[in-house]
Amino acid sequence: MLDMLTAILAIAGLAIVFGLLLGYAAVRFKVEEDPVVDQIDSILPQTQCGQCGYAGCRPYAEAIAAGEAEINLCPPGGENTMLALADLLGRDPIALDEEGKPQPKMVAVIDEDTCIGCTLCVQACPVDAILGAAKQMHTVIESECTGCELCVDPCPVDCIEMKPLEETIQTWKWPYPVVVEQRKR
Amino acid sequence: MSRQLSNFPGGLHLPGHKELSVGEAVAAAEIPNRLIIPLHQHIGAAAEPLVEAGQKVLKGEMLAKAKGFVSAAVHASSSGTILAIEDRPVAHPSGLPALCIVLETDGEDVWCERHPVEDYHSLDPSALRNIIRDAGIVGLGGAGFPAYIKLNPGARTAVDTLILNGAECEPYITCDDRLMRERADEIIAGARIMRHALQASKSLIAIEDNKPEAIASVREALERLDIDDIEVVEVPTRYPMGGEKQLIKVVTGKEVPSQGLPLDIGVVCHNVATAAAVHRSVELGEPLISRIVTLTGGVERPRNLEVRIGTPIEELLPQAGGLSANVERLIVGGPMMGFTLQHREAPVVKTVNCILAATREMDASRGPVRPCIRCGACAEACPVSLLPQQLYWYARAKDFDKVQDYNLFDCIECGCCAYVCPSNLPLVQFYRFAKTEIWSQEREKKASDLARERHEFRTARIEREKAERAARMARKKAAVKGDQGTGDNAKKDAIKAAMERAKAKKEGAGTQPKNTEDLTKEQRRKLAEAKARREKALKDQAPNGASGGKEEK
Repeated sequence: MLDMLTAILAIAGLAIVFGLLLGYAAVRFKVEEDPVVDQIDSILPQTQCGQCGYAGCRPYAEAIAAGEAEINLCPPGGENTMLALADLLGRDPIALDEEGKPQPKMVAVIDEDTCIGCTLCVQACPVDAILGAAKQMHTVIESECTGCELCVDPCPVDCIEMKPLEETIQTWKWPYPVVVEQRKR
Repeated sequence: MSRQLSNFPGGLHLPGHKELSVGEAVAAAEIPNRLIIPLHQHIGAAAEPLVEAGQKVLKGEMLAKAKGFVSAAVHASSSGTILAIEDRPVAHPSGLPALCIVLETDGEDVWCERHPVEDYHSLDPSALRNIIRDAGIVGLGGAGFPAYIKLNPGARTAVDTLILNGAECEPYITCDDRLMRERADEIIAGARIMRHALQASKSLIAIEDNKPEAIASVREALERLDIDDIEVVEVPTRYPMGGEKQLIKVVTGKEVPSQGLPLDIGVVCHNVATAAAVHRSVELGEPLISRIVTLTGGVERPRNLEVRIGTPIEELLPQAGGLSANVERLIVGGPMMGFTLQHREAPVVKTVNCILAATREMDASRGPVRPCIRCGACAEACPVSLLPQQLYWYARAKDFDKVQDYNLFDCIECGCCAYVCPSNLPLVQFYRFAKTEIWSQEREKKASDLARERHEFRTARIEREKAERAARMARKKAAVKGDQGTGDNAKKDAIKAAMERAKAKKEGAGTQPKNTEDLTKEQRRKLAEAKARREKALKDQAPNGASGGKEEK
């Protein structure tokens, strides 16, 4: 009888100890956010352009993680991003939208003679890549520009133009070899 | 031959075709009317221009200085006037233009002031390296890595062996061969300077055994100069013996680790032409403004020319007798590792060792491309023991993770695999495609990380500004509310306090002038006199009326 009681008490004691330990750990080492969101976000190109229909790359990543969005909505990322997402999430690759076909990388260029210094584009830029103050000429920091086009619409005098980024010797890539294989008969 | 030589895997015995151009001695090429001197002739950052259009410069004057650690200076190859600094076509596989300094030569070819070092032994290695850095010397074997960096072992490693690379394994090229035959003294002098800069314990010159004249010339020079601490090592003729890692393996028996540097195993390897340039920069004070270029293949008079850096390639061709009729394209470098020149007006730069005119027959020797038959000949030929076939499949499938798992970045692009491929697959092109694609993805990743950081910062800033504005509004609101209720006591108190202060000030004023201290004797005396006068006047006035008191105030 006593043996049985000891056993029950011992097991109950252990249960309480481990319960407390786990409860403490759950609070102490709480995972703030779904880590998969971070992983998705690191694949997205961070243009913050909103072409996917979400407010930026992170909201889109959250929507993908929640299963609310497809993985083929990112035009700047193109096929590579879609494939990487499919790989990460174990989903089937989907063809990109017709309008979501990748375009050459662009940068915004402000026509500095036309600019009236209204600061609307400065406020629109998601990565603070436009420099300028009220009634002062604005300019785009080319190396920081992600080519999201968000500054084009707000401009009241249409002085912002998207120009394709010119290829230099440093950014040039060897083309994919064209191989026409001839089979021997 | 006391040295026990090792071996590297794979490799090929290629027809040399060196006899074409090796016969004639090196001659100085004509100075062109216009020199086009690119700012980026080396691995690393482009040089930063020091001159502007319209400026007159002398031969050897620095036109652009090294920018950053991995960079090299650029000098005027002759005297003349700077016409412009603008984008010009350069010798690059892409055919894209790059920033160049255009120099119109005056034909006088006047040197600027040179500062030769009398005794380099008296300089410490770092001062020596600075001279070599400012002389714009880069690896002249073809890669163009700034030489001074490879002469800087740092504190972490002691350099055991300095190897001078005179292998020149690629077919057709004979510029190093001619240099060793004609200027062995310069190479030896350069080797001694390099050895001093590195504090290396051994130094040797490795030459392929198909260049007996060069070997004899260097041996003769060593004997004549009575130098016994530089060894001449005859290495077997096998492509790519001149590859840095392959040569080190053969000469020392040690293997450079994957993705590592020769310095990791205590070896430093320089081209023989680089050594000669080091000698000229230190002991003659001449920066790197010319190099020997082999003009060969389908030209009427194949030969080696000492060419000023910046000479347009098309102006060199007549000096080699002009092109044969059946020349299809020009190759910069050798037939194995060179690339097709897109613009013939592009200039010779520090890394151009050979201009090979490829004839139709040479190009036609490769048959049609057929599918890979998995024969494995490429793996046997690979001097780095890679699996070229696997690399090919993954590069072709654009599987860039897998292709790196198979050590794509250890590939030296020597072309042995493509040479032996019975299906004539352009294997190296696939590897180059994969390499540049991976670099591009890395750049994009970096850019997107930066964009994320900036976006997050911006979001945080907007949040913070919002919170601050809300707090400010709340404070204002509270103040406005306070005026009608309890808050106005404080205001009243403040007004009261201010009035009291003003009153106290008024009372205090006039009773005692504050500026009566520190007066000179003279001033005191005058003050006393004035006082006495006033009192006297007051006394006189007093019986007449009571207005005096008012006036006094």
